[in-house]
Amino acid sequence: MKIIIVGCGKVGTTLAEQLNNENHDITIIDKNGDALNSITERIDVMGVVGNGAVYKVQMEAGIEDTDLLIATTNSDELNMLCCLIAKKAGNCHTIARIRNPEYNSEIGYIRDELGLSMAINPEMAAAMEISRLLRFPSAIKIDTFAKGRIEILKFIVPENSILHTMKVREVLHKLHCNVLICAIERGQDVIIPGGNAEMRSGDKISFIAPTAECNKFFKQAGIEHNVIETAMFVGGGRITYYVAKLLENTKIQVKIIEQNLERCNELSELLPNAMIIHGDGSDQELLLQEGIHQTEAFASLTGFDEENIMLSLYAASISRAKLITKVNKIAFEDVINSMNLGSVIYPKMITADSILQYVRAMQNSMGSNVETLYKIVANRVEALEFKVANEPAIVGIPLEKMKLKDNLLVAYINRKGHFISPRGKDTLEPGDRVIIVTTITGLNDLKDILK
Amino acid sequence: MNKKVIIYLLGWILNIEAVFMLLPCVVAVIYKESAGFWFLAVMAVCGGIGFAFTHKKPDNMVFFAKEGFVSVALSWIVLSFFGAMPFFLSGEIPVFTDAMFEIISGFTTTGSSILIDVEALSHCMLIWRSFTHWIGGMGVLVFILSILPLAGGYNMYIMKAESPGPSVGKLVPKVRSTAKILYGIYFSMTVVQIILLLLGGMNLFDSMAITFGTAGTGGFGIKNDSMAFYDSYYLQGVVTVFMILFGINFNVYYLFLIKRPKEALKSEEARTYLAIIAVSILLITLNIRGGFKSLFDAFHHAAFQVGSIITTTGYSTVNFDLWPEFSKSILVLLMFIGACAGSTGGGMKVSRVIIMMKTVKKELSSLVHPRSVKVLKLEQKPIEHQVLRSVNTFIGAYIVIFSLSVLIVSLDNFDFVTHFTAVAATFNNIGPGLGGAGPATNFSAFSHLSKWVMMFDMLAGRLEIFPMLLLFTPSTWRRH
Repeated sequence: MKIIIVGCGKVGTTLAEQLNNENHDITIIDKNGDALNSITERIDVMGVVGNGAVYKVQMEAGIEDTDLLIATTNSDELNMLCCLIAKKAGNCHTIARIRNPEYNSEIGYIRDELGLSMAINPEMAAAMEISRLLRFPSAIKIDTFAKGRIEILKFIVPENSILHTMKVREVLHKLHCNVLICAIERGQDVIIPGGNAEMRSGDKISFIAPTAECNKFFKQAGIEHNVIETAMFVGGGRITYYVAKLLENTKIQVKIIEQNLERCNELSELLPNAMIIHGDGSDQELLLQEGIHQTEAFASLTGFDEENIMLSLYAASISRAKLITKVNKIAFEDVINSMNLGSVIYPKMITADSILQYVRAMQNSMGSNVETLYKIVANRVEALEFKVANEPAIVGIPLEKMKLKDNLLVAYINRKGHFISPRGKDTLEPGDRVIIVTTITGLNDLKDILK
Repeated sequence: MNKKVIIYLLGWILNIEAVFMLLPCVVAVIYKESAGFWFLAVMAVCGGIGFAFTHKKPDNMVFFAKEGFVSVALSWIVLSFFGAMPFFLSGEIPVFTDAMFEIISGFTTTGSSILIDVEALSHCMLIWRSFTHWIGGMGVLVFILSILPLAGGYNMYIMKAESPGPSVGKLVPKVRSTAKILYGIYFSMTVVQIILLLLGGMNLFDSMAITFGTAGTGGFGIKNDSMAFYDSYYLQGVVTVFMILFGINFNVYYLFLIKRPKEALKSEEARTYLAIIAVSILLITLNIRGGFKSLFDAFHHAAFQVGSIITTTGYSTVNFDLWPEFSKSILVLLMFIGACAGSTGGGMKVSRVIIMMKTVKKELSSLVHPRSVKVLKLEQKPIEHQVLRSVNTFIGAYIVIFSLSVLIVSLDNFDFVTHFTAVAATFNNIGPGLGGAGPATNFSAFSHLSKWVMMFDMLAGRLEIFPMLLLFTPSTWRRH
């Protein structure tokens, strides 16, 4: 694909590097000629110096036959303008980085009106990642797909679990959990299970379920009961705010330590359920006083990487909390990973990764009826999103009566925004969006799921 | 320094050279010449060494500017060494220094020859000699880039080191596609010229050899009196036009290709280049009209010589050494200006001259208005400070090497015009100079030392000085 990236900051550079490795033709637009030069020397991309929102500059970068424009400059407004002009000039897909919470609250409207294919908020993306880690501490991996609407969790079935030798169809009435088992990894094999497939201890199981059901399922399955109920955040920035907001409707009790009194007031207004502590997060006595010993999760989210690292190391030394450390600067990654910092969050990396995932999905779905396509479970399983057309072979027939291919599963039905976890009696209706999970590659149309 | 990558690239150079040698082999078969065996032998050696170097891709392909410069410089030396072998082994050019001089002159698209009687060479040697112009014109490594998938963005360093001009711009995001487009344009223009020459009644062998010399802006003649042998306005006219066309920045042709002719016609460098040509032709025509049978004849020969010298090709239709001093001075000036950046021509390049002139103008205005602020622009775009700096350094290095070369060559004790223009002709990759190095004579009279100095000049001129200098800088080879 031909892709234009506006802005060559860290996110832009990471994207350029990755997308270039995946053999796309990349052109980068930036105002700073020196920064561009250093990139075009290192990566096989073309640079255009100028303001990315200027029509002439976009033309010079070849907007007319470009498939996608990604705007990742520091300014939200500039990003939106870039995308708007690109949309009109080149009729291409557009992705904008929009991080101001004021815009974020009406992101749906902005996306529709500007014709954006995707709007990404780095702090929000990081917050979502953190909240996932907090909500499902037992999961060893959480993949998201369908533009982040669906989460697929992976865990290892422990020894002596009730799941050992249980058949997939028995999960609903034996455990009373409405979960959908999507994939079972056993050794080198990946199975998309039918109702009669058996689970064993040691298997890695990937499943989809609503949040509340997930923890119930984990508990039933005998996975160490370590649901997090208290979390302590140091630093009251945007990420902290978003995480707290995301956790508002869960059982997790949030405690935020923030230095700036004004910000404390603001947060307390915005987050009535959270406990806001005014004080210096690097003050050991304060941390002890606020119960760093007992907290089940500790996240250092201040604006200083060094402070975050020190805080997490300290927390590791005196508590058994699940640790989350935010690091902004992507350098010395190996050194940081070798330290006991728990889960390290790089907001810029997460941003780049989400965009990458979108681009891949876009490329994979080109030239077929697939809306999006994600590779999950270590790239061995495909999750495809289709829109149901009025096709008599599919519409209105209960799933149990359809002759589906082996190693294929209808994982999710989205009917006018409602989530349906499909069972045998469910049918597909025109206009539904369905997610198919399968190890078969090369499905081009929904009809292809039939034998 | 990542020596393994350099060796790997050198291996590819040898493989490619072996493939290129197929052409003289075919010619040898057609003309039933036994000299073709030497090409087969050298091909086998190149292919063998090449295979040994390239059968395993090095694990560490990390590659920086230093490796880029060094591998480009070394490639040209290796290429020349093996390219000279058929001349030397077959005994057609029995002295090793002469064989090296001839082949370096070929690859660097200079066209200076040490041969007293060109027509005595066998056909396969002649075509190889001219073919090296074609290979060297666009650059061998650029050719390798277009066929060899080198991982990562490292290949930009190679393109930078090998392409002529103060700054290298890509046409499309990928270096590989850019290289393919450049070679596509180059190849098609070559084919068109061959066809036009065939239509003018030239035989296939001659038209191929002449076209290779034109396309690479080389200038090896295959007759003793260069292009004067083809006494036809049409044939010489076609060559004139194509010499000038091959001296234009190839980006201009690409803009035509993607149907943006407006931008192509706006190219400041190409316009200046054409303006310089027009003015020079006019002045010379007026200056020499007395010596020719008609004004058109004078114009025709003036145009040919101007086109030949400014594009640094070096063909000639008349012995311009006999022209009035004014015309000769214009030609010497054109030698230094050279063709456009991003073309196959040599010299200082028109864009550098433009930048230089603009810097002078800016300096003058800042003397009058000390606090004036003025951004220099080229092609309607501000010139980056780094480009300005590199142009200044280039000119500095250029003058130093030029002076030193003239100094060493003057040990041969000819006249000053001969020494000066011989170095100018080789350093700017033109071919013939004036006086003892003029179009009617050749370089065989120079001493071995002078020849080696000029070989260095030719390579330095083609690769724009710095890759060759880097090769002889001790810190390049140190570990730290």
